[in-house]
Amino acid sequence: MAALSSSTLEAIQAQRTQLLAEWTRDLEDKGATRNLKEQELQQQTQEFLQLLISSLQSRTGENIGTAGWDEIRLFLEKLSNSRALLGHDSQQTASFIFTLKGPLFALLQKHFSDEPATLAEQLWVVSELLDALGMHTIRTFQRSREAVIKRQQEELLELSTPVVKLWDGILALPMIGTLDSQRTQMVMESLLQRIVDTGAEIAIVDITGVPTVDTLVAQHLLKTVTAIRLMGADCIISGVRPQIAQTIVHLGLDLQGVTTKANLADALKLALSRLGVSTVKAG
Amino acid sequence: MNLRSSGTQPVRLEQDVVLARQTARKLATECGMRLIDQTKLVTAVSELARNTVVYGGGGDMDWQVLEDIGRVGLRLSFRDQGPGIPDVRLALTDGWTSGGGLGLGLTGARRLVDEFDLQTAPGEGTCVTITRWT
Amino acid sequence: MERIPILQMGEYLLVTIQVDMHDQLALNLQEDLAERISRTSAKGVLIDISALDMVDSFIGRMIGTISGLSRIMDAQTVLVGMQPSVAITLVELGMTLPGVSTALNVERGMQKLRDRVERS
Repeated sequence: MAALSSSTLEAIQAQRTQLLAEWTRDLEDKGATRNLKEQELQQQTQEFLQLLISSLQSRTGENIGTAGWDEIRLFLEKLSNSRALLGHDSQQTASFIFTLKGPLFALLQKHFSDEPATLAEQLWVVSELLDALGMHTIRTFQRSREAVIKRQQEELLELSTPVVKLWDGILALPMIGTLDSQRTQMVMESLLQRIVDTGAEIAIVDITGVPTVDTLVAQHLLKTVTAIRLMGADCIISGVRPQIAQTIVHLGLDLQGVTTKANLADALKLALSRLGVSTVKAG
Repeated sequence: MNLRSSGTQPVRLEQDVVLARQTARKLATECGMRLIDQTKLVTAVSELARNTVVYGGGGDMDWQVLEDIGRVGLRLSFRDQGPGIPDVRLALTDGWTSGGGLGLGLTGARRLVDEFDLQTAPGEGTCVTITRWT
Repeated sequence: MERIPILQMGEYLLVTIQVDMHDQLALNLQEDLAERISRTSAKGVLIDISALDMVDSFIGRMIGTISGLSRIMDAQTVLVGMQPSVAITLVELGMTLPGVSTALNVERGMQKLRDRVERS
């Protein structure tokens, strides 16, 4: 395969300022600079070109997987990471590299205007190189996005299982929204773990914010109550809406041995009295 | 689906049930299974290994660590040359027992895993295969 | 023969299960406890399973039996320290241990035993 000629490298170095200006202008035209400060973009384009030139100068060949390209790869990884966090999509991120093709090809065309064979060869080499760098950017961008999505998913699950301490020895789990089997299971596990961690004797599961309950979810709730009892704590279910009560009875599920209360306040009152705590109005 | 590793160990004596549990625990940990999934799998192994010893007159446990897209699984088979199960449907009914147990072994184990397969015929032994994925 | 130790504290018996029990060991414990309750006229039995990472139907049945036979012999049983993953698995298995009293840890379990013994 043909290599990048020293003549091409010299041309890039000589025309550096102009190349930068055209690149930046094209980037702005393409809308790839969204949410980016002008200064930041300038710094990034300058740094990239500098790294590109020094990598080419080191003459390690055009395989960007080799050690001579370590720095530029690292730079691109950081770049795509920051773009992912800024909310750019993969196209916007990759166009940082691909936009350089236009000005660079124009430069080569001018430089090798008398040697069409060399021009074609050098264009091919430069094109391959930029493609490889662009692909690397997209790959790392993808990974960064995936990491962001994974973290958000975990945060969401944690958000949906807010086990709160109401009193010394009393935990509450206000469930909101539709319960699917998987979520109910997650909630159940985190509640049980919190009971061990805090040594709470009573757990209140409040389902006021749950619009409907199907057989599977109702069974999960019952299993939770049983598992909590096996661990040596008590469970109160509060906020059972009339429709849900009907569903449960209709499904023929046995709620015997399960303490239910109309609302969270009543459940707390019961829990306090079980712990031997009484409340009186001051004054 | 790729096979990452596999092995076999005897399940003949009561003490082998403990060893089968320990092997399952070790493999499940290596697969990166969550504690709750490990516990479910090990409990299922305990039930099935006991069946192999008590009802099957002893046999073997084969294990396989499987790799699929984005997940790892543990597959365990319990083979014996015992009398087999005459009525599979009955054996898979909660509370039914041929021995002195509670009849939760087979049905309970089935509820604790993702995949459950039972091969048996009277006089030809029994093979139960269970799989749990991460 | 291998046996699980039973400690005596006044009128209570304390058993801490720390080993991965094979079935015979569980049966021995059941027998030993019955014998000790009768010999010491113990009023309560505390079984600590916080170190167990698995309870299958056999061990579950043993716990139920101990609880039942001690009740006949006028002693209360409290099971303490079951891990969350063990509790979830037992419920999934179909064992809910009805009639067995439970507590979060040894301290609470002792308290519960005393209350129950006083009431009975």
